[in-house]
Amino acid sequence: MAKNEIKYLTAIKQEKPKKKFCRFKKYGIKYVDYKDIEFLKKFINEQGKLLPRRLSGNSLKYQRKVQDAVKKARQMALLPYVTDLLK
Amino acid sequence: MGENQFKNLKIQVMNSYELMVIFTPVLSEEDFKASQKKYSDIITEAGGEIIHSNPWGLKSLAYPIQKKTTGIYWVLEFNGPSDLNEKLKIQMLRDEQVMRHVISRLDKYAVEYNHVKRNGGFAMQDKQEA
Repeated sequence: MAKNEIKYLTAIKQEKPKKKFCRFKKYGIKYVDYKDIEFLKKFINEQGKLLPRRLSGNSLKYQRKVQDAVKKARQMALLPYVTDLLK
Repeated sequence: MGENQFKNLKIQVMNSYELMVIFTPVLSEEDFKASQKKYSDIITEAGGEIIHSNPWGLKSLAYPIQKKTTGIYWVLEFNGPSDLNEKLKIQMLRDEQVMRHVISRLDKYAVEYNHVKRNGGFAMQDKQEA
């Protein structure tokens, strides 16, 4: 066995994960419309639950607006409260 | 003296609002129009102005409301004094044709958004999103 050979138990990550960004800040969207369901669907998972900021990458300001919009859409039966296979 | 001055001074602050109503699906076309007119009249009589009325028509609901799976949607954008909403709400709750309603206050970005959307904007934004 060669001297310089170093073995790792787990493979080292070569690629850096892509940096997340807030799409509202990037594209200059100032208002989250609760009537635009297709757009809101980007922020909920298959069960109709809201995605956390950790996953969506939204800034806190816009996460709150998304949250309000989704809740309003649910009230008006545009989005379901609970479901399966939404997407 | 100072108090009287303020008493006579009635400032009508107009705010932008958006009303969304779900009517029962059993409503006929004329009834739907009549209901729209009824609520529009309430707003205009109270000193508000209607900016845009958008009847979406029959649409399936995401979950049943009052054992109904469809509803007739109506979206109305209006400017009005802040005391108007209470009156409107009472009328809505009394009305049996109304299954559900929501009134939301629009900020300046929302007004701008609605204006652009009505004039067929947002072509650029869709490209960026894709």
